[in-house]
Amino acid sequence: MSEEEHCKIKPEEVTRRDFLKTATMWTAASSLGLALLGSLKFPKPALFPDIPKTFKIGKASDFPVGTEKVFKEKSVVVQSHRDGLCAISLICTHLGCIVKAERKKFDCPCHGTKFDDEGRVVYGPAPKPLEWLKISQLPDGKLEVNIAKSVPLGTKFLFS
Amino acid sequence: MSLTEFFKNILRLPKTLKESIIRHGKPTSDRTKSEVVMSNIFLHIHSTRIQRYTLKKTFTMGLGVMAAASFFILIVTGILLMIYYKPSVDLAYDSIKDIQFIVPGGRFVRNMHRWATNVMIVTVFLHMARVFYTAAYKRTRSFNWLIGMALFCITLALSFTGYLLPWDQLAYWAVTICANIAGSARELTDLLGITRYFDVGGLIKTIILGSEEIGQDALIRFYWLHCAVLPLLMIVILSVHVWRVRKDGGLARPDEIKPEELAGIEVDEKAEEVFNNAPQKTYGLMCLVKGKTPLVNKGPEDTIPSWPILFIAEFSIFMFILAICCVLAYFIDAPLRELANAAVPENPAKAPWYFLGLQELVSYSALMGGVGIPTIALLGLALIPYLDREEQSVGRWFDNPTGIKVTINSVLYSSIVTIGVLAFTVKFGWLRNWFPDISQLAIILINPGTVLVAFFVLWSMICMVKYDSTRLSAIALFTCFLISFAILTYFATYHRGPNWDFFWLKSQWPIH
Repeated sequence: MSEEEHCKIKPEEVTRRDFLKTATMWTAASSLGLALLGSLKFPKPALFPDIPKTFKIGKASDFPVGTEKVFKEKSVVVQSHRDGLCAISLICTHLGCIVKAERKKFDCPCHGTKFDDEGRVVYGPAPKPLEWLKISQLPDGKLEVNIAKSVPLGTKFLFS
Repeated sequence: MSLTEFFKNILRLPKTLKESIIRHGKPTSDRTKSEVVMSNIFLHIHSTRIQRYTLKKTFTMGLGVMAAASFFILIVTGILLMIYYKPSVDLAYDSIKDIQFIVPGGRFVRNMHRWATNVMIVTVFLHMARVFYTAAYKRTRSFNWLIGMALFCITLALSFTGYLLPWDQLAYWAVTICANIAGSARELTDLLGITRYFDVGGLIKTIILGSEEIGQDALIRFYWLHCAVLPLLMIVILSVHVWRVRKDGGLARPDEIKPEELAGIEVDEKAEEVFNNAPQKTYGLMCLVKGKTPLVNKGPEDTIPSWPILFIAEFSIFMFILAICCVLAYFIDAPLRELANAAVPENPAKAPWYFLGLQELVSYSALMGGVGIPTIALLGLALIPYLDREEQSVGRWFDNPTGIKVTINSVLYSSIVTIGVLAFTVKFGWLRNWFPDISQLAIILINPGTVLVAFFVLWSMICMVKYDSTRLSAIALFTCFLISFAILTYFATYHRGPNWDFFWLKSQWPIH
C-alpha cells in the first residue's frame, strides 16, 4: 500500500450482519411509527347520538301577527310578522351561549355581544349574525323548524 | 445445629430486616449523610451536597417546591375523591353533592382539592417569574425551561378538565365556551369560504367533546384526561424537570457570591479542610465536560451536605402549603351551582379566575383571544432561552440596577397601556360599533388584544435598541405580558358583570 492510498478515506464496507441489523431496526421503527399514526384515529368519534334536527311548533293559526314564542329546549325563537313567520336561533355565533330574547334585541350574557331585532351584530365579539332557520309545513298543517338548515337573514315564511 | 441457627435467625430478624432495607449507618459522617441521599430512590433526585446559595430564602422563595407540594396534595385528595365520584351525566352532580354534604370529611377533601389547585396555579406562575427574573434559564438550562413550559400547560389543562366534572352550571358553560374557542378556527375558514371542505375548528371540537354537543362523551373524555392522562404526563415530565436541575449542577447561582449574601445559612466547617489541605495532591484532566464548569480557576465549592438541612427545608415548605390549604378548605367552600342546564347560561358565565384574563381577550375576538394570543405568548415564552443567549451572571433577581430600572419602567408602561386600552374599549367600543359592516378579518387582526401585543413588542424593541441587550429586551416583554395579564384578570374578575358589561362595583349589578 502506497502512502497516498493509505491516507485516502475509504467508504466503510458494510457487512451482511450490519446491513441486516440496520434493516431490522428501520423495519421495527417504521412499523411502530405507522401503528402509532394509525392509532391517532382512535379518539376521533365515529358515532354521533341521533339528535332530532327538526321540531314541531304548532299550527300557523297559533301565531297571530305580533306573537313571539321562545322554545327554550331548542334555543329558538319564532316570531310572527305581517309578512310571515321567522325562526331565529338563540345560540350566540361567538362561543355558543344562549342569548336572551328581549324586545327588539338579543343580548348574550357571556361576552356581551348585542344583536338587533333581526339578529345582526351591533356590539361585541360575535363574528356572524344569529342564524335564521327554515320553517316548513307538514301535510297535516303543522309547522316544523329545522335547526340544521339556515336561511338568509330576513327570510320569512307565509303559511295559510 | 441448624435448629439453633434457625432460632438465632428468628431473634436476629428485626436487625437483619432493617439492615437489608437501609444499607448504611446512621447519618453522622459526611459519608453516611451522602449515602442516605444516594441510596434512596426518592431522595437521590437531590445531589448529596448542595450549594449554600441554594438555601438562600430570598433567592428561590421555595416556589418550585411549593408547586410540587400542592401537586402532591392534589394527588392524594384527588385519589380520595375518585372513590365517590361517578363520571356519568346522570350521576356526576349528585355524587359531588354526596361528597360535599354526606361523605364524612368529603366537604373538606373536596375543598382541599379546590384550594390546592389555586395554590398550585399561583406558585407555578410565580416560579416561572422567579426563574425568568433570576436568568436561571441560561447556559445549560434552556431545555429545562421548555420542560417547565410543558408543565405549566399541563397544570392549566388539569385545572380546566377538572372544572367540568361537577356537571353544574358553572362547569357546563365554561366548557361550552372553551369547546367553541377550540372550534374558533371556523372564523377564519368561514372568511375563506372553505369550512365545508376543511373544517379544522369543527374537527378539534368534536375530538375534544367526543360528539357534536357536550354530553356523556365529553364528560368521560374530560374525566379520562383529568384522572389518567394528564397526571401521568405531569409525574413523568416533572421527574425529568427535577432530574435535569440536579444534572445541571443544582440551582443556578451567581459566579461571584459575596459572603454577606450567605449570612445565616449553615456552613460546613469541614469543607475547607477536606478540599484545601491537600497540597501534595496532583490533578489531571480526567475527562472533557460540555459547557463551562464552575470549577475552572475556582476555589473550593461552598457546599454543605444535603442531609438533613435541604430535606428539613423542603418538608417545612410542604407543611406550610398544607397548612394554607387546610385553613382555606376549612373556612371557604368550593363552589357548586345548580345542575347543568343547556337552555339557560349563567349570567355572567365566568371561567375560573386564572382564565378570566383570557376571557376578557376572548370577548374581543374568539380566534385571536382564545387561540392566537395564547399561542403567541406561549411560543414567545418558550423561545426566550434560545433568542436571549447573552453571557451574564445568573441567579440574582433582575441581574443588576439596569435590570431593576427596565423592570420598573416596563411595569409602568404596561399598566398605563393596558388600563388605557381597557378604558378606551369600555368607553368607545371597538371597530364593529363604528363600522357595522366591517369584515371579521379586520376584527381578528385589529382588536384590543392584538393592539396590546403590538404595544408590548414595540416597547421591547425600543429596549433592545436603547440598551443593546436581548436580556433587557426579554425582561421588558416578559414584564409587560405578566403585568397586563394580571390587570386583565383583575378587570374581568371585578369589573365585568351580567352581559359582560362594565361595572365599577359588584353591588351595581342589576338584580334579575
